[in-house]
Parts: sequence; structure tokens; C-alpha cells
Amino acid sequence: MGPGLYNYWMVIVLMMTGLYVVLARPNLVKKIMGVTIFQMSVIMLYITLGKVAGGTAPILIEGAEDVAYSNPVPHVLMLTAIVVGIATTALGLALAIRVYEEFGTLEDDEIRDAEIADAMAAEAGGAD
Amino acid sequence: MSHLISIVTENLPMLQVVLPMLAAPLCVVVHHRRATWWVALVVTWASFANSVALARKVYLEGPLSYFVGGWEPPWGIELRIDELNAFVLCLVSAICAVVLIAAPRSFDQEVESDRHHLAYAAFLLCMTGLMGIASAGDAFNVFVFLEISSLSSYGLIALGPSRRALSSALRYLIVGTLGGTFILLGVGLLYMSTGTLNLVDLQQRIPASDGHRTIVVAMVCVVVGACIKLALVPLHGWLPDAYTFAPSVVTAFLAATATKVAFYVLARFLFSVFGVASSIDRFHVDWVLLPLALVAMVYGAAAAIFERDVKRMLAYSSLSQIGYMVVGLALVTKSGLTGGIVHLVNHGLMKCGLFLAIACVVLRFGSPHLGVQRLGSTHLDRLRGLGRSMPWTSAAFVLGGLSMIGVPATVGFVSKWYLVLGAFEAGKWWVAALILFSSALAIAYVWKVVEVLYFADPPRREDEVGEAPWWVLGPTWVLVGASLVFGVWTAPTVRMASAAAEVLLPALAGAGP
Repeated sequence: MGPGLYNYWMVIVLMMTGLYVVLARPNLVKKIMGVTIFQMSVIMLYITLGKVAGGTAPILIEGAEDVAYSNPVPHVLMLTAIVVGIATTALGLALAIRVYEEFGTLEDDEIRDAEIADAMAAEAGGAD
Repeated sequence: MSHLISIVTENLPMLQVVLPMLAAPLCVVVHHRRATWWVALVVTWASFANSVALARKVYLEGPLSYFVGGWEPPWGIELRIDELNAFVLCLVSAICAVVLIAAPRSFDQEVESDRHHLAYAAFLLCMTGLMGIASAGDAFNVFVFLEISSLSSYGLIALGPSRRALSSALRYLIVGTLGGTFILLGVGLLYMSTGTLNLVDLQQRIPASDGHRTIVVAMVCVVVGACIKLALVPLHGWLPDAYTFAPSVVTAFLAATATKVAFYVLARFLFSVFGVASSIDRFHVDWVLLPLALVAMVYGAAAAIFERDVKRMLAYSSLSQIGYMVVGLALVTKSGLTGGIVHLVNHGLMKCGLFLAIACVVLRFGSPHLGVQRLGSTHLDRLRGLGRSMPWTSAAFVLGGLSMIGVPATVGFVSKWYLVLGAFEAGKWWVAALILFSSALAIAYVWKVVEVLYFADPPRREDEVGEAPWWVLGPTWVLVGASLVFGVWTAPTVRMASAAAEVLLPALAGAGP
């Protein structure tokens, strides 16, 4: 593991942290945060792969030759991905607020219990 | 004037994406309930006409390339329409156009009246996303459009009348975002090893770095991401709840389009981008997809049999039908792939028809005075004796159900015919046997509904129930009718599907039908 791979290792650490939080935590807000961490790790991956060793900011320098520029494309892509990520987090949290208003909890297992109760009530209503 | 026409015809590939996108904020501004509906209706029908015109052009003149803003591919964004996209675009816009006719009546009942304009805006954005995925010529835009369609579909699902719509939408958001991010990760890794995002360039460059581990990981990420959006069986958890609790019209729309477009993404990446040589011959993705698809096929149908809520039953049946499509893909034969692609459209038509029939039932039973019992308005017991009081709705449901089973002269038969043919072509007779077994299970769950509709006595209290309004019943019958027409007159859909299969499997062209 050379120093050049440091960023990639951190990407993996973040990615696994995010996935773990989504899978292991019952709290829906924590799940949303897990998803956000997961998205951030991918954004970091893109940023890292745009870096060229010894490269400078990709602004054309007039007259200079043999200048290495970093690759701007992944950075530009990530502007879009960050916007998508913010939209997702915002929508997720907005839904979480509505879920809390309706169910009085944000723990996934408690919401499931309430849903089963709803389903039983519906079954009773449906069967008349 | 002729100048204007030429501008329109030159920009057809972009217009079908841009029109709904521009109309969505317009809906929010207009705000008036019926006026926004008219805006949405005009735009979706215009998009539909647009995709049909485009499909005609593609079949006559071959694949189209469109450079957004006039920038050429390595720098600019390309939209690329070939026989496969054209087919998917026609399906998506047709479903949008037809479903939207039924929307106002159904929304009146299920969605609060001050939110209708937002519902239409989200609907149009979702359409933008789906049309965008199907026409994008580069991998990153597939991701962007996927997220546009996903985000708006979470919003649409959350509009459902019960509180469970909210929790289902949130769970779908969490899982769906993971899926989208996996695709983004895969795209990043592809860019890392090839230096391009353009799908056609990727196709040309991937063989050079064949076997490189980055490419393998990219493939795994894209397949996992697409399978989450597709709801292939171990990744299907979000689908039954989301479909059950979304507003009826939204369910009909999403069931017929969202998973189909995800299937398109899977097929496009596996066959066009990675190529058969790399994805199938070398890494045997079909060894994973085929067993999963077969499990999906049988599990979905079996779960549907035990379900007492009709809407949820149809959701499980969707899982099973998604299994059929993926089986077609995983067989990697010309007929199999034709079957999978034709089933994409066929299942879209019949499932949308069935869900709209359910919308008719909900419209009659789910009136607000039932309170909590609204939840149970699609319960099987509520359908007792409906064959007499709602003959047209019931008949539509039965015809859709027959198509789901795959009775001859319905579209279901056409797709299963090609799937079974493909299974024999691949020398896998047991796949054909499982397809038939799963169809037998479909008989069981469809019969369960038919029995309740026609042979059970109606509960006396609801004797006064009448037929649903034609605004909803009409679209239902258009779709059910289409599934009968294309079941008998198979030439157009099958020809389009086999042309699409040839795009995906150029090496195998000539073999098969």
C-alpha cells in the first residue's frame, strides 16, 4: 500500500461504513446518513481518479509546454452527483419528518410493527 | 413554417426528453388542478407522437445520433437512438399518455386536492428521467436520468393515501439510492480504465482492457445497481410495498415503465457496452442472472397465490414477470432475447391495464367515508360479486389475467413462446419447464380473483356500487385491448423486438426466427 493509494483506501473505508450503517442501523435517519456517506465515498473516488501526478489545475497556460494538467472531467461530473446527492438527502429527510408525524417513531422495527397493526385493521375492515 | 418543422424534426431525440422536463415546473407555476392536467396531457401525447416518429425514422434510416448543443461526442453529450431504445421510448411515452387520461379521477380521490399540480409535475419529471435513460448515449447521463426518475418516483409513491405510503417510499429511497450509487460507482470505474463515458466508445475500448479487474468490478457494480432498480429477486424488497401503497395510477405507471427501463439498462450494459465476449463468455454473468431470474419467476407467482390484497398480489406477479424478462436475457440466444424484450412491452401493457382495473375498483370502494378501511379497499373480499355490478372492470381484469397466464391470442403467449423457444435453442429444456410451471402458478392466482369476482355473492351493503367512470375505464380497455391486438397481430412488436435483439447480439444475428 503505497501513499498513492491512500485515497482509494479511504474510499473503501467510507463506502463500507456507509453500507454498514444502512444495513445494521434500524433508525431511518441513520440509514439516510449511511446512504449519504456511501455516495460521498463514490464522489471521493471520482475526485481522486481525476488527479494526475504532478498535475496542475486544468487552466490552459499560454505558451507553456510540457505542463501536466489534472483531468477536469470527473470533477465536473461530481458537481452533478453532489446535486443529486443533496436532493436525495433532502427528500429522504423530508420523508423522514412525514414518517415521524404519522408513526411517532423513526425506528424501522417499530414502524414495521405499526404497519402490521394497520394491515390487520385493514384485513378486518376488508372482511367486514 | 417549413423552417420550424425542420427544427422540430432535427431535434426529435432531445424534444421528447426536454418537453416533459420544461412542462414540470410549468405545472407547479400554473397550480390549477385541471389546467395542470391539460398541460401534462398535451406534453405526454406530444412526446408519444415524437417517439413514434422517431421509431419510424430509426427503422427506415438506421440508428440516430444527436449531439446536445451541437458538441460532438468526445466532448459533448450524445443521445443515441437505435432499434432497442426506440422500442423502449415508445412503450414509456405510450404508457404515460394513456395513464394520464385516468389520472384526474383517480387523483381526485386518492391525493389531496392541493397537491395535484405537484403530482403531475413529479409524473412529468419521472417521465423525463425514464425517457432520458432510454435515449442517453453516455454512461454518466444514464445515472443522472436514473436519479431524476427515481427521486420523482419516491415523491409520487409518498402521495399514496395511507401512511404506509410514506414508509414504503422512504425505504425505496434508501435502497434505490444505493442502487443508483452502485451504477455511478461502476461508471466511474469504467471511466477510470477506458477514459471515456460514451457508450459506443466504451464498447470499442473495453475489449482492449479485457479481463482487467477494474472492468470486472465495474460490471458487478452496474449489474447490482440495475438489478436493484429492476427488483430482481434477492433485491426486490422495496417493490411490493411501494406498488401497494402508491396511488393507483402511479402504480400503473411505475409498474409498466420504471422496471422496464431498468431492464433496458441491464441489457444495454451487458450486451452492448461490456459485450457478450466479456460479460457472458468470460465472466458468465448469465450463471448468476439465470438462477435468480428462475427463482424470481417461481417465487413471485407463488407469493402472489397466498396474497389476499389484489394490488399486492399484482405486485408479486410483477416480480415473477420481471423474472421472465431476465430469463430471456440470461439465455443469451436470439429468440430468448427477443422474448425478453417483447415481454418488456407486453408485460408493460397488460400489467398497466390490470393496475388500472384495480384503480377502477378503488374508485368505487375507497371513498373517504370508509376511513381506515380505505386501506382494505383492494382486499380480495371487497371484490366479491363485482362481476355483476362492475362488468366492464371485471372483464378487463379477466382478460389481463389471461394474458398474465399466457393464454394463446394474448400478448403473454407471444412472449412466453419466444422464451420457451429460446430455452430450447440454448439446450436448457428445464428452463422451459420452469416457465410453464410458473405459468401454471399464474393460473392459480388469476383464478382466485376470477372466482371472487364472478362466483361469490356480493355483500348486501355495497349493492349500490356501479361501474367506474369511462375516464378510467377507457384507458384500462385501451391497454387490455392492446394486449389482445398485439397477441393476435404479433408482427409489429415481435419485429421491433427481434430488431432490438439483433442490436444487442450482432454476432448471433441470422440465427433464430
